[in-house]
Amino acid sequence: MTEMRVAIGRLTLKNPVMPASGTFGIEHSRVMDFKRLGACVTKSVTPKLRTGNPTPRVCETGAGMLNSIGIPSKGLRHFREHVLPAFAACGTPLVVSVSADTAEEFGQACAELSVPGVAAIEANISCPNLEADGMAFAMSARDTMAAIAAMRERTALPLWAKLSPNTGDIAAIARAAEDAGAEAVVVANTILGMAIDVNTRLPKLGNVMGGLSGPAVKPIVVRMVYQCARAVKIPVIGCGGIMTAEDAIEYMLAGAAAVQVGTATFLHPRAMMDVIEGLERYCAARSISRVAELTGAVVVDDQLSESALRQAIQL
Amino acid sequence: VNATVAPEQGFPVVERSCTLLRNDWVNARYTRLQLEADAPQTGAQAGQFFNLLCPQDGEDQPFLRRPMSVYAARPAERRIEFLYKVTGAGTRALAGLRPGEALNAVGPLGRGFTLDPAWQRVLVLARGVGLATMAPLVPLAAARGMAVSAVLSARAPADLMREEFVQGTGIEVHAVFDSDGSAGLDRVEPLLRRLIEAGCPDLLYTCGSARLLALAQRLCREYGLRGEAALEQQMACAFGVCLCCVREFEVDGERLHRRVCCEGPVFDLQQVVADSAWVGPS
Repeated sequence: MTEMRVAIGRLTLKNPVMPASGTFGIEHSRVMDFKRLGACVTKSVTPKLRTGNPTPRVCETGAGMLNSIGIPSKGLRHFREHVLPAFAACGTPLVVSVSADTAEEFGQACAELSVPGVAAIEANISCPNLEADGMAFAMSARDTMAAIAAMRERTALPLWAKLSPNTGDIAAIARAAEDAGAEAVVVANTILGMAIDVNTRLPKLGNVMGGLSGPAVKPIVVRMVYQCARAVKIPVIGCGGIMTAEDAIEYMLAGAAAVQVGTATFLHPRAMMDVIEGLERYCAARSISRVAELTGAVVVDDQLSESALRQAIQL
Repeated sequence: VNATVAPEQGFPVVERSCTLLRNDWVNARYTRLQLEADAPQTGAQAGQFFNLLCPQDGEDQPFLRRPMSVYAARPAERRIEFLYKVTGAGTRALAGLRPGEALNAVGPLGRGFTLDPAWQRVLVLARGVGLATMAPLVPLAAARGMAVSAVLSARAPADLMREEFVQGTGIEVHAVFDSDGSAGLDRVEPLLRRLIEAGCPDLLYTCGSARLLALAQRLCREYGLRGEAALEQQMACAFGVCLCCVREFEVDGERLHRRVCCEGPVFDLQQVVADSAWVGPS
């Protein structure tokens, strides 16, 4: 039997598989048993009430999809009173994704969400920072540090930072999050994209641009996980286009301590169950005693890799 | 993309790879698809839907599933059926499936129509493929001795799936067409008024047309008649978590969003904001 438990900072998960924020909800209890998941991760909640973006909010692309949902939110109180209790029964650690307009608001939200039943907070810092002309916090090391530090001050819970892939140097952002007190980085959110209907000449999304997810993004995000895992000591959680156990293993080999499955759940609502079972089979077949041994186990010559990385940055 | 299915017992919604029994054109525009299925999928209620994984190996590679309302669920015959119009990449890929091949279906999903056994008469107003969504009500109402009056609207007589809707029952059908002008609102409105005034229906169901929905809403309000509308919207997860399929509703004077996939697709007719986005399946 392989030891499937993994440690993400102070939090121990029964296995390294959990949902990506925004692709999972209590409604999925109609199709799967949450007890089997490493963690549950909720859709981002914001202190302010938000209605979200105009429709159409998703469109399909080659091997993926774009979304511009826009974080509709019923606020923190509704979350505490209605969303939290619904998850209590399953006993699986609940990771609450939070988003806000300013660093101060992030901190305040963390304080209000630090209640029994919440195992960790995932900071969705890929949203616009109203104090930086709407540029996402996770686009700049300084803004990332400010937001994470503000949250670190206001909660004793494990704090994870979900990074944006839309920055040129994600490893630097990961270091900023680590320095500000994040206990893990989630790599990464969706990649900014756009699609146009050639018949109507209209953007395919009501919000013009949106985030790309699905198998199309996987090689990009695997590379980012590799870079971040080399840059920080805290665990990296890989998230981007995982459809199968093989994809999850690839992320772990690149340096991920755990993985999040998102878009796959839209296509196969029980995709996470298949990933968990496939991961167990892979480890059993190779007599791997601890699944955590896979983390960072990609076979790359260290020296060669430094030079390869430098060249890749110059491309 | 991994399409294997590991079925698990005890859940009300399942993902199953179903064997396709039949996928034939019923006329030049519509196709009827039959799948072999078991519980809980064969327990689908009128108005509920399945999220279908369209084939990915042809010219079209539709990444997302396509929601499709159930045309018939037959537990005794271990079948579920769909009637659909080929309009885009998803339905084009579906139309290429042959008997014996597999189609992956997630469901049953959503909230279906209300059909109170105490009712005596219901009125159905359908346009195009909306007829398929309301068809399962017909044998159900007939079995309960309820009278059904239906106004079926189509482009032309050749497009009307009258038999597919009536299914051997003796219900009253009023077919109206674009081709002869009878489907115009100026002609449908007096017809509906006559049916409402003469029959005093307990409920009006509608699906398939934004302008017919608006007309039904106005007449139901005027006559104090309850109504239900099945809506369409583009979906991704179909479980209520991604929030992509929202439409606008007005409840107690307040405008709000509701998710078509799980709070619908059947809604109280009066709460639908008739001019909000209308996106059919592709």
